[in-house]
Amino acid sequence: MSTFGYKDLGTKIAITALGFSLIPLFALGVTMYSMFAAAYHNKVQSNLVALAENKRQSIDLFLREQVAQLRTLIYAHSTEDLSSQEKLDAILSTMQFSSRPFIDLGLINDQGRHVSYSGPYNLKDINYKKEEWFNQVMIKKVYVSDVFEGFRGFPHMIIAVGKQDKGQDWILRATIDSDIFDSLVRWLQLGDKGDAYLVNRAGELQTRPRFGGKSRDVFAPFLGTAFAGAKIREFESGPKKMFVGGIWLEQKDWLLVIEENMYGELKPLAEAKATAWVVVGGGIFIIIIGTLLIARMIVAQQDRINLAQAQLNEELVQSSKMAALGKLAAGVAHEVNNPLAVIREKAGWMRDLLEEEDVQSSPNFQEFDDAVHKIEQHVERAGQVVHRMLGFARRMEPVCNDVYINDVLKQTAVFLDNEVHFRNIELVWDLMADIPAIQSDASQIQQVILNLLNNAIDAIGRDGHIQISTGYEEDKEMISISIRDSGPGIDKEIQKHLFDPFFTTKKVGEGTGLGLSISYSIINKLGGNIRFDSEEGQGTQFIILLPVKNYDRKE
Amino acid sequence: MTEKNSSGHIAPVHTGPSVLVVDDEHDFMETLVKRLKRRGFNVTGVNSGLSALSLLKKEHIDVVILDVLMPGMDGIETLREIKLAWPKIQVILLSGHGGEEMGLRGMAYGAYTYLLKPVALNSIVETTYQAFEQSGVRR
Repeated sequence: MSTFGYKDLGTKIAITALGFSLIPLFALGVTMYSMFAAAYHNKVQSNLVALAENKRQSIDLFLREQVAQLRTLIYAHSTEDLSSQEKLDAILSTMQFSSRPFIDLGLINDQGRHVSYSGPYNLKDINYKKEEWFNQVMIKKVYVSDVFEGFRGFPHMIIAVGKQDKGQDWILRATIDSDIFDSLVRWLQLGDKGDAYLVNRAGELQTRPRFGGKSRDVFAPFLGTAFAGAKIREFESGPKKMFVGGIWLEQKDWLLVIEENMYGELKPLAEAKATAWVVVGGGIFIIIIGTLLIARMIVAQQDRINLAQAQLNEELVQSSKMAALGKLAAGVAHEVNNPLAVIREKAGWMRDLLEEEDVQSSPNFQEFDDAVHKIEQHVERAGQVVHRMLGFARRMEPVCNDVYINDVLKQTAVFLDNEVHFRNIELVWDLMADIPAIQSDASQIQQVILNLLNNAIDAIGRDGHIQISTGYEEDKEMISISIRDSGPGIDKEIQKHLFDPFFTTKKVGEGTGLGLSISYSIINKLGGNIRFDSEEGQGTQFIILLPVKNYDRKE
Repeated sequence: MTEKNSSGHIAPVHTGPSVLVVDDEHDFMETLVKRLKRRGFNVTGVNSGLSALSLLKKEHIDVVILDVLMPGMDGIETLREIKLAWPKIQVILLSGHGGEEMGLRGMAYGAYTYLLKPVALNSIVETTYQAFEQSGVRR
């Protein structure tokens, strides 16, 4: 009955507690992680920006240096020197000695004709007049080309500077080793999968990247109008996720593209994420376990309270039942008592008359005499029932003396000696030797004990044992008397009515059904309580608690 | 039938003490009266305290057997009135089961003793004699 309805309570408690603890935990975990992730992303991106700017500076510096070197050459040497094959060869070898990138060197006049050329290719006398870069140099006096194949049939880039000497324009043109340029660009990569390369405004690769198969999509958004500073975007293609940084060079309209593998960069973040999940998961686990334990404890506590409440209620119901039945019994007894007195007197009168001589000589005298005798006998019997009913209803106030309970038990058992021996029942004594004397009414206790022992004997029938023990419960200041029989136990249905007046399992005429209810109210009146434990097939135990000190009980 | 028989046998030999039985249960009172008469008492019976008092004014009575529980004027009240007017009359109280308290109260008001119902006729007879002797001593 008690667990009924509390499963629900447990579930409610568990759900509420889980809700209130898991949601904040989850929110905390997610918030912390996302804030950390944002901060980390920012950090990675700003690193990339710094890197891109650094790199751009070094590339710009390189280009500026080459241009400056050529310019120094063209102004430091006379046109005659530069036009002479021998001189030009000497200059190139000197240059290659100090600065690797230059592959060849040539002087071009204002008609676009290669006046002199020093280098591995035979480019002398080739006319560049129709080339776009030639016109550019003529106007701007300096030119850096995209990478192109030109007359040589392999990718290269050229740098050209112009000067005026005696009214005539001269152009000094050099080819830059694209390998050296490539490695310059590629140098200073961040991670294993990082890459750096240049593209021109049309999106064509100007240096060879570390990894081939570059998709235009990677840097396409950076093309178009040049912008100042570095821009960072995230690029995703298939399983590959990366940060892409773009920055325009100052010396040439080339875009420096830097790729950083996101996985490598964000590895610590992924680790933090994994740790966060483990911590949150562990927290959730602990909270669930804790909540379930607490819910279970609360439910168990509630169950205990309810059980106690139910017991208390039962006792209250029992006492009020007793009181009501007591009143009823008293009323009935008084009402029956008067007619009984009349019947008794009438029978007495008849007996008086039967003593007359003439009646004695009547042939039916014996019958009359028997009838009167029976009437008296049964009036007596009815009188005893009434007496007991009234005893139940209104017992004499208990007297109060020092009672040595062990002695009372022993004395009471003596009454039953014959019965016990006849039925082969063993009395097992387990009395506490130094049990305190109590202030109580010995004869009333004896009545109860006698009743309980009688019941125990009846329950056993033949062959068994009754254990009688006493003890002292110090905290309650009560002594306990236990009577345990080896009988068949009491049926659950009967247990409910055990203390009810007039409830009996014995045959009509053998028991009044008052024994236990009288015992109950006697013990109650003495300030104690009586209860029983019975399991079918396990026997029955009655336990009486009686206060050591006189208990002034109010009715 | 009992009535007829009885009327024939009760001889008016009023040698013993004169007794008044007061009990609201008419059948009980009547039978008790008959039985006591048969044992030589000079017995009269009434059903209420008031009738008892009015009878006492007219007749000489030694012992009153008085039921405690009666409607109207109850046994204790009647006892007090009797003892007030005729202190020498001995009163035996009859009370129902558990009426010890009432009996003791009655004795405090001067009742000779109290008997608990149900009571054997012999006890009533003996007690009445004792009470009668007591009244004689006091007399």
